[in-house]
Amino acid sequence: MTQTETIAVAMSGGVDSSTVAAMLKAEGYTLVGLTLQLWNQRRLAGRPGMPESSEGRCCSLDDVYDARRVAEHLDIPYYVVNQQERFERDVVEPFVREYLSGRTPVPCTLCNNHLKFAQLLDTARQIGAERIATGHYARNEYDAVRGRWILKRPADSSKDQTYFLFGLTQQQLSRTLFPLGNYRKPDVREIAREQGLALAQKPDSQEICFIPGGDYKVFLDAYLAERGESIPDTSGELVTTDGEVVGHHGGIHQFTVGQRKGLNVSSPSPFYVLNINGAERRVVVGRSEELLSGALRARTLNWISIPELSGEMRVQVKIRHRHEPAWATITCSGNDEVTATFDEAQRAVTPGQAAVFYDGEEVVGGGWIV
Amino acid sequence: MFRRIYMDANATTPLLPEVFEAMRPYFMERFGNASSVHSFGQRARGAVEQARVQVAEFLHCRPAEIVFTSGGTESDNLALFGVTRPGDHVITTAIEHHAVLHAAEALQHAGREVTFLGVDANGVIDPEDIRRALRPNTRLISVMMANNETGAIQPVEAIGAIASEAGVLFHTDAVQSAGKLPIDVEKIGCHLLAISGHKMHAPQGTGVLFVRKDIKLEPLFYGGSHERQRRAGTENLAGIVALGKAAEIAAASLRDGMPEKLAALRDRMEHAIIASVGEAGAHSTAAPRVPNTTNLWFDHVEGEALVISLDLKGLAVSGGSACASGASEPSHVLTAMHVPAERARASLRFSLSKLSTAEDVDAAIALVPEAVSKLRELSPHYAAAN
Repeated sequence: MTQTETIAVAMSGGVDSSTVAAMLKAEGYTLVGLTLQLWNQRRLAGRPGMPESSEGRCCSLDDVYDARRVAEHLDIPYYVVNQQERFERDVVEPFVREYLSGRTPVPCTLCNNHLKFAQLLDTARQIGAERIATGHYARNEYDAVRGRWILKRPADSSKDQTYFLFGLTQQQLSRTLFPLGNYRKPDVREIAREQGLALAQKPDSQEICFIPGGDYKVFLDAYLAERGESIPDTSGELVTTDGEVVGHHGGIHQFTVGQRKGLNVSSPSPFYVLNINGAERRVVVGRSEELLSGALRARTLNWISIPELSGEMRVQVKIRHRHEPAWATITCSGNDEVTATFDEAQRAVTPGQAAVFYDGEEVVGGGWIV
Repeated sequence: MFRRIYMDANATTPLLPEVFEAMRPYFMERFGNASSVHSFGQRARGAVEQARVQVAEFLHCRPAEIVFTSGGTESDNLALFGVTRPGDHVITTAIEHHAVLHAAEALQHAGREVTFLGVDANGVIDPEDIRRALRPNTRLISVMMANNETGAIQPVEAIGAIASEAGVLFHTDAVQSAGKLPIDVEKIGCHLLAISGHKMHAPQGTGVLFVRKDIKLEPLFYGGSHERQRRAGTENLAGIVALGKAAEIAAASLRDGMPEKLAALRDRMEHAIIASVGEAGAHSTAAPRVPNTTNLWFDHVEGEALVISLDLKGLAVSGGSACASGASEPSHVLTAMHVPAERARASLRFSLSKLSTAEDVDAAIALVPEAVSKLRELSPHYAAAN
């Protein structure tokens, strides 16, 4: 089989994107492998609390070398594109700002919006590839009736990454291939093995790629310390919804909605963080049942299966990556804002996270919870 | 017909066939440890010393002043760490290769004071700046002979005179000069000088540090008494033989008009590309340059994308300096020349070797403008500016 089209494959050095490259190569496409160098893992290494070694993290040299070996094995050209400045500006800086103002950010979505499906598509076009392929577990297809590109959940629902992809524009979707959308992860590993990829058994990456060890508080400290700053003092009171002061906290960045640990309030039944008031440096705590919200508001919207929301729409809403979508009705409630009213109240609606709306398998759109 | 053209000789060069033939017997039939007493060792010793003579002739020094190393980086580190002690002051420049720049930073952590001097817009150091930077405790001046990114030749003879007047040691990193310019350590007036094999058609992993006879050098490695106790470790026999041969060939080429031929090819390429691309130019053209190098800028283009596009068309050039992953980093040399960041990112280095041909240059003259205009069509900045 021979295809005339050149496709740029986003290669991370992991099993998924490596298998994508192998699959497309077998289909006869002309491929160019690209890795975005997003973060220097050694940059904060050795600062207090940060690991000395960067082994096994995304963007580590090990991963780049793994990707390079796959490219060599498949005999495709492969390049590393330096996007560290843009990643810091568009992902890391907002990540730090969000935590410092009491919200809980989703850096992977920002990275998809600004780097993987913006910069990478630009670079791909510059080097002669109109489309890119990635190892995300998602499906996309053009619906001629609606005249729109549709983003759908993958066959392997346990690997579903559509939550992080709600920001993709029609143009970006039209230029992207998700070849793993119809496969289950074990099948992907099997294909990798059949294709002779040495990393078929490489473990999946889990945590946020630029935070080795997974402790964001340690990262915030190290990141600010590097530029001679420290985390601003946002210590303050822990209060109940009735306004009763039940304790003190060391800084709002240490909390996320729904958190139980680390409150240091002695009480017969546990307290949870209900919300964070950055301006007053207050962390509002309460009982488990008080965490339930009947509705949420989301802004900075992106619509995929519909051109825009008119009137009401029945959808299922996912309010964090590992959340079972809940039935809700969404309506427009302001400029670039929707309100989702849940059929059943949902626990720990968290400002800074994304609310992604589904209609069955399809992603309707989404926005950022305020 | 897809043909690959190599224009990155400042990164590395292939062996010349004569060099490969010279080293080949020393892997198997003529193997030996040059320190051994027996005939195998004697033969190896003979070959190493023959190479030492060849390199000494190339640099115009005595054979005993040649120390074989693993490459330019080791030679630079040996020079900087070998002659300075805590409390000493070292003067160097902001445009040095990382082998000197990062070694000098390490010297700072190891108790030396280091002054990093800037350069002018052409990437050339002013010797008077060096004179002004001298302190009572200045021990060493380290200035490269020619810059790897721009090709700009530094006023090393003037610096040598200042060093000698001040009674200060002078090291020059001549890695990018070897084979491109005549090198005469007497004329330069340097006490230390580094070259690398693989930039002049010898293998990677070979290098030389010239150490003037009366200089006491603290070694980097401790072990046997190889290289007159200046560099412990069994000699890289085949590599040293190759480096000797490469030096002999390079010396002959320098006499036979190779630099003039290279400069003509380089100039033709530079002029033709700039003329046909527009909004483009070359760095350091007002400075004397080594004959093989041109660093071209193309406004409204991302250098990284241009390097990849050209490579996909078969033309190998480089942009910025490569970090471990292979991604390009912004050039510290162009930054030191106060080239705006946008233009520094849009700058590519083309470096020829004696193996480059008129056909290679013709191909580059055809490929580069085509690739640049394609990228500019996609550039929002270009659309806005035109």
